[in-house]
This record gives sequence, structure tokens and C-alpha cells, in this order.
Amino acid sequence: MKPVRFDYVAARDSAEAVQLLRQHGDEAKCIAGGQSLGPMLNLRLARPSVLVDLHRAEDLRLTEQRSDSIVYGSTQRHAEFEDGLVPDATNGLLRTVASRLAYRAIRNRGTLGGSIAHADPAADWIGVMVGLDATYRLLGADGLREVSSTEFMSAAFMTRLGAGEILCGISVPRLSKAARWGYYRYSRKSSGFSEATGIVVADPERGYCRVVLGALDIPPVALEQVANALAEKGVDEAIACTGEAVNEMLAGYSDAKRQLFTVVVRRALEQIGEKQ
Amino acid sequence: MNKTGIGQRVRRLEDPRLVHGKSRYIGDIKVAGMRDVAFLRSPLAHALIKGVKKPAGYENQVICAEDLNGVRPIRAESTLPSFRNSEQWPLAKEKVRFAGEPIVMCIARNRAEAEDLVELVEVDLEALSPVITPDQAKDNKGDRLHEHWPDNMFLDFTIGKDMPDIRDRADVVVKREYDTGRQVMNPMEGKGVVAWWDSQAEQLIVNTSTQVPHLIRSGLADCLGLSPDLVRVITPEVGGGFGYKCVLQPEEILVAWLAYERRGAFRWLEDRREHLTAGANTREHHYSVTAYADKRGRLLGLDAEVTVNVGAYSVWPFTAGLEAAQAGGNLPGPYAFDHYRCHVMATASNKPPFTPYRGVARPGVCFAMELTIDAIARAVGREAWEVRAENLVPAASMPYQNVTNKQYDSGNYPESLRLAKDAIRFDEVRQRQKTPEPDGRLIGVGFATFTEQSAHGTQVFAQWGLPLVPGYDEARIKLTPDGGVEVAAGIANIGQGIQTTLAQIASEILSIPTDRIRVSLGDTTTTPFSTGAYASRGIVMSGGAVSRAAEGLAERIRTLAAHRLECNASEIRLEDGEIHGPNGTLGFNELAISWYRRPDQLPAGDGNTGLEYTAFYKPRVDTGVFSYATHAVVVSVDPQTGKTELLDYAITEDCGRIVNPMIVDGQAIGGTAQGIGSALYEEVIYDERGQPLNSTLADYHLPGAAEVPHIRVQHMETLSPHTAHGIKGVGEGGAIAPGGAVINAINDALSAMGVEISRIPATADHVLQAIERRKTQKTLTSQHSSEEQQNEARAV
Ligand SMILES: Cc1cc2nc3c(=O)[nH]c(=O)nc-3n(C[C@H](O)[C@H](O)[C@H](O)COP(=O)(O)OP(=O)(O)OC[C@H]3O[C@@H](n4cnc5c(N)ncnc54)[C@H](O)[C@@H]3O)c2cc1C
Repeated sequence: MKPVRFDYVAARDSAEAVQLLRQHGDEAKCIAGGQSLGPMLNLRLARPSVLVDLHRAEDLRLTEQRSDSIVYGSTQRHAEFEDGLVPDATNGLLRTVASRLAYRAIRNRGTLGGSIAHADPAADWIGVMVGLDATYRLLGADGLREVSSTEFMSAAFMTRLGAGEILCGISVPRLSKAARWGYYRYSRKSSGFSEATGIVVADPERGYCRVVLGALDIPPVALEQVANALAEKGVDEAIACTGEAVNEMLAGYSDAKRQLFTVVVRRALEQIGEKQ
Repeated sequence: MNKTGIGQRVRRLEDPRLVHGKSRYIGDIKVAGMRDVAFLRSPLAHALIKGVKKPAGYENQVICAEDLNGVRPIRAESTLPSFRNSEQWPLAKEKVRFAGEPIVMCIARNRAEAEDLVELVEVDLEALSPVITPDQAKDNKGDRLHEHWPDNMFLDFTIGKDMPDIRDRADVVVKREYDTGRQVMNPMEGKGVVAWWDSQAEQLIVNTSTQVPHLIRSGLADCLGLSPDLVRVITPEVGGGFGYKCVLQPEEILVAWLAYERRGAFRWLEDRREHLTAGANTREHHYSVTAYADKRGRLLGLDAEVTVNVGAYSVWPFTAGLEAAQAGGNLPGPYAFDHYRCHVMATASNKPPFTPYRGVARPGVCFAMELTIDAIARAVGREAWEVRAENLVPAASMPYQNVTNKQYDSGNYPESLRLAKDAIRFDEVRQRQKTPEPDGRLIGVGFATFTEQSAHGTQVFAQWGLPLVPGYDEARIKLTPDGGVEVAAGIANIGQGIQTTLAQIASEILSIPTDRIRVSLGDTTTTPFSTGAYASRGIVMSGGAVSRAAEGLAERIRTLAAHRLECNASEIRLEDGEIHGPNGTLGFNELAISWYRRPDQLPAGDGNTGLEYTAFYKPRVDTGVFSYATHAVVVSVDPQTGKTELLDYAITEDCGRIVNPMIVDGQAIGGTAQGIGSALYEEVIYDERGQPLNSTLADYHLPGAAEVPHIRVQHMETLSPHTAHGIKGVGEGGAIAPGGAVINAINDALSAMGVEISRIPATADHVLQAIERRKTQKTLTSQHSSEEQQNEARAV
């Protein structure tokens, strides 16, 4: 389990990273924390001839505070969220998510942007960002563009990142003080990859409510019916209609899977109830 | 009192180097000019090899079966009735029989380049229909693995007799089917071997991560067609063995062959992916059990069928028959009953060759037997612990010969159950169960009691039909010129603490503290013969040999010291690190100086003295000595997700005289952690083509620190009448019971729902599906009794 031979370059900033990717074309791949790419290299599933390392690019590590959102740099690490070293736009949701993601050793290296760009459907951030309605900033040879988290992931391990583009920032809307969230992640082993995640974000002041299924084998799925019930009628009604909504949405899945997803959404909703 | 003798909590001598990362494993050995090898392994489970095309220019670095001149296949014949043998060529010849079987060996400057080379080799395979399950093997429909066999059965025989009277007499008949998943042993350090030719010694030096260096020497010599004295096997630090490293492996033969042929240094280090696929070789059993009991739940007879899915080949020296034969012989467990029949089968399949894993067969039989006891208890409407207690061999019957002629030497089995029941606070759990948990989880409590046959002797192994039967273990001991001690034994140090415990035994007899005792192990040139570290035999066998050797040395010390201390040898006592006579005291170093430097102080010409002694040991009886234990566990099951959590875990064990309580605790806890893996998490899943689907640790789930609860261990100490110091073995026990105890607890939790789990691992998916199935069933057949209920309550 050793990688095929590759060259390594560390980019000093995002512009240089983009330039290096363009220069080396299809053969090049960027590496952030290496916690997903590393195993893929070792298993020879990824066979780039050049690795462009992002973790020395200072501008990708910066946080930008705005009035209605915070833009996180893509190479900020899971552990920095867990440890509260970056400002929090979400009343603690990001910190909670980070603290349950993988193991500490992996959180020390793995990055927010790397996780999102990798688009493993079982990964945590990719669903949470949909729950928060985050926006991604992509930088390419043609400049900067923005893509909504709801549209970014097209299929398992597939995204709208263009050739030679990097994810440079993740813009997360600020939740208002009264906003509440629920997050329930089911995994067989503590810290294992999630097998079913329920994410609920309710921010009545901003008129925002979203309920999301994460850790399917497809991109995260929003349950609008449940979100509407929550916004209009409250937690109990939302819980009551969850089973049907999940069954409808996951019609092709096994009974056990549907049951599991119903449970995680209900439990995430229950957390909202408890916080009321 | 001797502070480092038997029974003392001596800190492990091996830990400082291990904890500081200073030790030397196979991967740390560097030899000038050493090359790495990588294997092209079969992508198919069953196929004919039509051709191998080596990349041009690399012919010399790419080795296939035809190039292995002088190499013989691994043949592990068993004398068990009905046994059929297999031939395993180290590189597959003509045919591959499991996904992961080595076909081509590539050599390069480093592993990465060797893997590059593997990618350039073209192998032409013609797929055959694979045999994956025991049922497929028994049906004899698919292609045969070994063409000269009439079917796909390694073994098929029956022990015991039919029991028509019992069938008529029984008040209760319980029928169950049980399954245990196929597993991978996953020692932290994989397999590895570094071999070179030593021109000075004119010997092939094979450093290999093994439990059985002396056996590997014999096996290598056989397969390479060399005289054993040409081969020296050395064990470096071994990062876990568990049985995986107690058989001769094809890669060991291949690397040794290269070193011999080319007179160079070569290395293979197994990686985790190779291990998870080509090493998926253990634990897969199927049971079909019919138990007959009276209305109190007293067992009258057991009629069983055991099938072990062995895989492709018979491993050397433990064969493809040992696991199934042991399962058949050990199923009755710690229970007293008189009628037993077992149909024993070992089926061939296109999976890696079965290798005994910590507990050998007993984790399976304990699971089957302990679930059966609980099922009987449910059928007669009594508490499982009561039924269990009444069926256990009572202390008053010891020594006891059980229904398969096992000689239970000593102990109080029911007492271990009673103590474990108290430790787990059984009554409080029953109380807690009366009120529903606020979060909807269900609480359950379960037990498993077992015997751990340890230090099986010569006759026992001979009965299992092995090609190589262990007998005496040997140890050599020496007083060094500075008054310290050197102990040498052929057993391997595989992390079990044997270096420390052997030193404690020597210390007990000589009164010299363990920090002055140097123990060297596992080298066929520098240590005397032992078949090695397996089957919970080390502390009994090597321990016994060290004990005898230390006695011998003590006698010599007394003889020599008698001259210096001007008394009779019989008047001399070894105490507190000194030699005491009626008229004075002598340091061990002073005596050593007399012997090594100032022989003029000693009388002339007694050729039989000297300060070195070699002893040979096996216990008085050959039938093994039986440790035993009860595991008790409290679980919670989330009925909505199927997930089980272990809330409390208590063990009461008895391994005879305890040499070091901390090491015994460590063995119990470590084994239990592995057993929890078997119970809840670990299984290699195969598709219908025989492809292993979980080939990384992301998919093959091992329990982590968070999954293993705090385990409380209590000791009993009933000496064995048969062994030196009354010691029994303890290496495997922990791994035996968790499957039975945990699933009994899950079934206790689910009993109100009428759900019963009968396979391990009881993954959350599996439990959830069982619950869902039961729900649908209930709605479908609410007025009928369910078909899945297999108890027949007879009219009395
Ligand atoms: C044992 C283990 C357990 C894990 N458990 C979990 C878990 O429970 N939950 C979870 O969510 N994750 C888990 N992970 C994944 C982990 O969180 C990774 O850190 C993360 O998925 C990838 O981040 P990275 O920075 O390491 O990315 P890398 O591995 O460096 O890169 C991943 C991919 O993204 C690309 N990439 C990286 N950064 C960028 C960028 N800025 N722009 C464009 N492309 C980019 C790379 O080219 C590569 O294709 C686990 C990983 C391991 C090894």
C-alpha cells in the first residue's frame, strides 16, 4: 500500500495554487489535510503525478467576519472548530459537529474545505452546510465564483468544482440568538463515519427552517414538509410527520434504513424541543 | 518475602522499551542491500491460471510458481477420520483458490517500486464457480477446490451416539441454529519476515514475526528441502500473534527461499489491506443444536452439528481439522450431562485457509452452548443463571471426566458464576428493568461460563491428528559471573508478558530479584526447544521448564556453596538474594566469581557441577489443565437503531496459581476486548463471487477504546494438581466468553419483544432487522404461535 510516484509542490497562497493546478493540468491534485486523499493515494485509487499542497497557503486559513455571515478559510482544521479557535456563526453547531467527527488525530489534520471538496456522502460537514444554507467560494483561473451548498455536491464524491478550481472559502450565515439547532448522528462505533444523520436548523427571526438527511449514499436531502411543519406548527407536529416524509423520500431504501433515518431526524427534532 | 517471585505484582520487564517505542520489530530491522517484495494476489476467488506474463526486462525480479525450484508445497496432514489433505503452493500453481492468494512475487529496491512492478505483470485467469458457504460445499454443486477430492469436505465424522431414550424422556426440547461471522485477527503488527544468508555461519537467517520459531524452522526446512541446521529462525519483538502467527505462511517460505537462492537479504511486510483480505481466516462456524432437558432445565443430552468453514487449505502444523475437532470435543463446556452426539464437519471454500484464533473453537462453542442454556431457561420459565448454576459441574465432583472425556482437574465453576452475578449486581439490574428507561433503551443482563483447556499435552494434540505433536518444553538457566541470571527458552515473546513471568518463576526459586534476571526467547540457535506460544501453554510449559531448570541450578549452587560455606549442601537456603549456610552467608556474585575466575577456591574435579542447567518439562498428565471463568455483562439496546452499548462488565476467573495478577488482568481484559469485537462488530463480508467487501479498517469494524467498557476482574485461585506451582494457562480465556455473555444480555433485553438473536456479530443492522422482522411477523400471525419459536414444551 504505497502510492505511485508523485511530485510535491507547496503553494504559498491560493493564487499560486490555482496557477500550479493549471500548469500541471489533469495530472495534478491538491492536498489539504490528506486525511482522505492519503488513504486514496496509498490504495492507488488516486494517482496524481503532482500534489499541490494547500496547507502553507496563508490566505486559505483566514476567517472573514461579516455582518450576516462568517467566511471560513478552506484549510481551517476540524480541531480548530472543536477547540473554539475560530469564531462561531451557529450558536455551537459547528463546534459540536467538529467534536464528533472522526478521531482527534484526524481532526488535527483534516480540514473543512478538504472534507467538503471530497464530497463523501457519509462525511459530516457536507450535510451540516446544507442545513445552514452555506455558500462556497470557488477560485479558478477565471476568477472567483460562488455556489450554494445545496447545489455543490452532485453525487457521491462528485461536485461542481471545475477543473483547476479550488474551494477557498465557506460562507456560513449567522444564526440569530434565538435560533435553535438539532444534530443527531448515528454510527455503530463512536467516532466512526455516520450511517445516518439528522440535521435541523430553525431560525424563526430570519424566517429560516431546514431539516436535512445526511450520510445517505447520495447528496444530503432536505425534508421540506418536515421543515414547514416545524416552522408552522412546532416540534411535535414535525416529529409526527417525519416517518412519512422519510419513507416517501427514501422509497427505494430498505425498511431498516428508512427506520434509522426517521429515528435520527426525530431525535434531532427532539433536541430542538428540549432547547425550547 | 520474595518481592519479585510468584504472585507478585511485578511491573512488566518488557514495558519500558515497548512504551518508549524503543523495541525492534520486523519493520525496524535494516540490513545492507535489503530488497523488498510485494505480491500480486489473486483478484478472483476461484480460477485457473492460464498464463503469467512478466514485464520485459524485469524477468529476474518477477517470480512465479515455475521459478521456485526445490520448493515443496505446504502439506498439513491430519490423522483425524475422514480427513482430506490439500497442497498449498507458496505461489499458486495452475489454480487460485481464494481472493488474495499470492500468484507472483515482485522484488525491488523498496516496497513502492515492488508494487509498481506488480502492476506491470499480466495474469490470465479463467474464472471457476466459487464455493463460499458451507452449504454450497455440502451440496457439492460448485466446482471442486481440490480436483482429486470427490467433494468439498475436509472433514466429516460423528462423535457419540444417538440418544432415543433421552429424546423420549425430555420434558423440554430446545432447537437452535447459531452462526459466527468470519473474522480477521488484526494484530497491531501484521506479519513480516526479513531473511538473509549469513556466510560466516553458513546459515539462512530468517527473522520472522512468529509465535513459534522452532516450528517455523522445521516447516521452512521441509518446504525448502534444507537440513534444519541450515536454518536459523529469530523472533524479534512481536506486536501480537493471536494464532495468526503460529502457522507456517507462504510468504515466509518465499522470502526465505529468495534469501537462500540469491544469497541476499529480502523483506516482506504485510500491509493492513493484505491482512484484511488474505488474512480473513478465522472464526466462521455454524451450529445446529438440539438440547434435551427436564422441566427444571437440567440438561439430559445434547445432539449437535458443527460446521467450520475452513477455506482453501490445511495450515501447517495445526491442519484444517483442528478447529472443527476441537469444537466437537469442547461444545459440552463446563456442564455435567451424560449424552452427547456431534456431527463434525469442516468444509472447503474459496476463502483464506482457516487458522485458529485466540480461544480456538471455544468462542464459537461457548456462544452456542451459552445461548442454548439461556434458551432452555426461557423454555422452562426460570432465571438463566439458576439453570446455568444447576448444570455446571459441581465443585464436589472434581476432578471430573466430562462426556467427551475431558479431565477437568480442579475448581469451583458454580462459585465463579455466583461471584460474577454479585459483581454485576444482578438484583439491581432486575430491579432497574421494572421501570422503562426515559430514553426508550432496553436493559439486559447476561452470563457466560466456560472452561479454557490450557496447556494441552502430547496425547491431546496427537488425538487432534496433528503432523507435529508438542511434548516437552525446554529451558536453560545460568548464574552469570556478576551473580545475575540468564534464562533462555524457546517460546516467543508476543506481548503476553512471558519475559516477566518466566523471570518471576526463576526469582521465586533462586530468590534473585527479576531485575537481575535476563530472559531471552525465541531464537532457534540461542534458545532450547519449545513448540512455542499458543494454546495458553506458555506459562505452564515454559514456566514449568524454567521452574525445573531453576531447581536444578539451585541444587548446583548449593553444592558449590557448601564448599565455600563449610557445610552440607542440604543446609543451604537461597533467600533474599543471598546464599545462607549455618555458619555464614555468601553473595551469588561471590559464588559466581569462585566458579568463573577463582576455581582454585573450589574442590578439584567434580564434573557434574557448574552454574548452568537445562531442564525439560511437561505436566504429569497429558490431558491439559482447565482454567475457567464467568463473564457477566449489562447492556442497553436501542430498539429504534439496534445499537448495543455495554454498560457494565465483570469477570470472575480462575487460572490456578497466579504468577502476576496484573498480567492475568491484562490477558483477561485484552481478550475480552477482542471478544467484544467478535460479539458486536467484526465480520468479513463476501459477495457471491467470493470477494471480501471490507478490505480496509473503515469497513471492517474493530472495537475502539470507546466501545470497550471498564472491565472488572475478580480472581479465584484453585491450584492445578498436575502442574509446577499449580499454574494453569490464561492467554485465551478473555476472548472466549463475550459472544455468549453479550448476546445473552441482548436477548434478555429483547425478551419482552419476543426477539432472539442467534448470530455474531450482533451488529446494529442485524439487531434492527430482527426487531423489524418480529414486528411484521406479529402483525401477520398474531393469532398463531410464530414459526420461529423453536421450543417444544412437552406435555409432562
Ligand atoms: C479514520 C478516519 C475517520 C474519518 N471519520 C470521519 C467522520 O466521521 N466524519 C467526517 O466527516 N469525515 C471523516 N473522515 C474524513 C476526514 O474528515 C477528512 O479530513 C476530510 O474528509 C478531508 O479533509 P482533508 O483536509 O484531509 O482533505 P484531503 O484528504 O487533503 O483532500 C480530500 C480531497 O479534497 C480535495 N481538496 C482538498 N482541499 C481542497 C480545496 N480547498 N479545494 C479543492 N479540492 C480540495 C483533494 O484534492 C482531495 O481530492 C475520516 C477520515 C479518516 C481517515
